[in-house]
Amino acid sequence: MPSSTTPFEPRVLAGPPASAGPERLIAHDLRLGRLPSPSERRNLTAVLDSSGLLGRGGAGFPVGHKWRSVAEHSTGNAVVVVNGAEGEPRSAKDGTLMGLRPHLVLDGALVAADAVGATDVVLYVGREHTEAHRGLAQALAEREPDPNVQMQLVAAPVGYVAGEATAVVHYLNEGDARPTFLDARPHERGVADRPTLVQNVESLAHAALIARFGADWYRSAGRLATRGSALITVSGPNQRRTVREIEYGTTIGEIARSAGGAPPGSTVLLGGYFGSWASLDEVQDEPLDPVSMPEHGLEFGCGVLSFLRSDACGVAATAEIMAYMAEGTAEQCGPCVFGLASMAQATRRLSSGVAKGDDVENIDRWAGQVLGRGACHHPDGAVGMVRSALAVFRDDFASHQVRRRCALNRADMT
Amino acid sequence: MAQTLRLNPIRCDGYGICAGVLPQRIRLDEWGYPLIDSSPIDEHLVARARRAVDACPVLALSLRRDRSAHGRANSGADEPRLSHRLAGQPSAIGS
Ligand SMILES: Cc1cc2nc3c(=O)[nH]c(=O)nc-3n(C[C@H](O)[C@H](O)[C@H](O)COP(=O)(O)O)c2cc1C
Ligand code: SF4
Ligand code: SF4
Repeated sequence: MPSSTTPFEPRVLAGPPASAGPERLIAHDLRLGRLPSPSERRNLTAVLDSSGLLGRGGAGFPVGHKWRSVAEHSTGNAVVVVNGAEGEPRSAKDGTLMGLRPHLVLDGALVAADAVGATDVVLYVGREHTEAHRGLAQALAEREPDPNVQMQLVAAPVGYVAGEATAVVHYLNEGDARPTFLDARPHERGVADRPTLVQNVESLAHAALIARFGADWYRSAGRLATRGSALITVSGPNQRRTVREIEYGTTIGEIARSAGGAPPGSTVLLGGYFGSWASLDEVQDEPLDPVSMPEHGLEFGCGVLSFLRSDACGVAATAEIMAYMAEGTAEQCGPCVFGLASMAQATRRLSSGVAKGDDVENIDRWAGQVLGRGACHHPDGAVGMVRSALAVFRDDFASHQVRRRCALNRADMT
Repeated sequence: MAQTLRLNPIRCDGYGICAGVLPQRIRLDEWGYPLIDSSPIDEHLVARARRAVDACPVLALSLRRDRSAHGRANSGADEPRLSHRLAGQPSAIGS
């Protein structure tokens, strides 16, 4: 048997089945053992560095590096924000993790608070993620209050940008979940003007395991240079949305096959609405790896793999996403607001059979104009997605523009 | 030390006055928002750049002596690297 089929044992999702609901504190402590005491994990940030743990909110920034820059600004007054906004519509991994393993997330927040010198932890959880709220609220109630760290659960507003780090801080300070454009970054001055660590829930869950089992243990999973495991959300074509844990280096083809197989000619949206489309035939052997995928023009992002059948229209799928992204701007920056709206309208015209002669060229040009010109990376994510769509669905786009109809003759061309 | 222009895209309302004052460094996109060349400003353009900054009615534009040639004073830890795919593209404000 090739090593690629060796079963990988889940880590952050290890434990009772999903049907058992949120894991209780007793079960959690029995299964994993108690967290090492603060004195036993004094050098945790250095351990995270050697583990190679990367952030799971989408950008893959090294976690140890981030903790250190918060610690450098902290005088023992820092704030840890556990980012469970999960505004990405195709992702369900953060909600699943918070709902099933709330104590692991809380452990991660505690070790982070200790390492960066924080007195407060804010659990910032999208209000639509009801299971996550239930799991975390129950977990908080089960724990003895920590004399050194206050924990608070906050319902985050719904929306794509509400999870962006400066929007998170803005919401917690002023009740306004729109990104800001300030000189001081959150790690310098964030919640209540204190140094603030904004960290994705999954990142913290891995940190909680590394605090227990060490860097070498973490690095024992993974097939290639990027080590460790990751949560992914898989959807379509034959499957409902499911969350799985994989080791890095697992190939896209393996996921497609285990998701019930995708017919030849299928495509896949990698990394969600900030991600990239790819032809499944071309990426069968591509390892899921946040470092190597971007080198091939692909995105790992927050771990979304969303398959689209070959008989579904890529233009229509892209139009749906662009509409969502254009709706989801924080309506603050001209190029983002007007650029995404223009791109969304043109894609919509193309998909509904009323294309103007230069819609495809315009989308491409607008994409170049919008990139990098917002206060946050929202427009950049949309640009990456739409550019990959223009490449992967090139023939579909051409057919929609020139013949004003879908080569697939789908009903949505009415 | 070299100075650079920095735009706050949230403040900017796209009146385009800045581009009229400093066309050497500022163009407008098709929605009327400024595309700013964020490389260091030549000595002979500094006074004019200052006038462009002063002309903006909403204080969206500033001149800085930056640690980097890019917009934000410190992209630091909270601004994770943009993916390879997006990097290297023309960008009016650095990230
Ligand atoms: C528009 C936008 C939306 C974002 N939404 C989320 C989100 O819902 N959850 C999240 O963890 N990170 C989100 N991020 C990334 C955060 O800004 C931040 O980088 C992340 O929470 C840091 O955690 P990590 O380093 O553990 O990934 C978003 C970023 C952008 C630009
Ligand atoms: S870039 Fe777009 S989403 Fe981000 S702050 Fe500006 S308008 Fe809002
Ligand atoms: S003058 Fe100010 S508001 Fe007008 S386009 Fe220039 S920067 Fe924006």
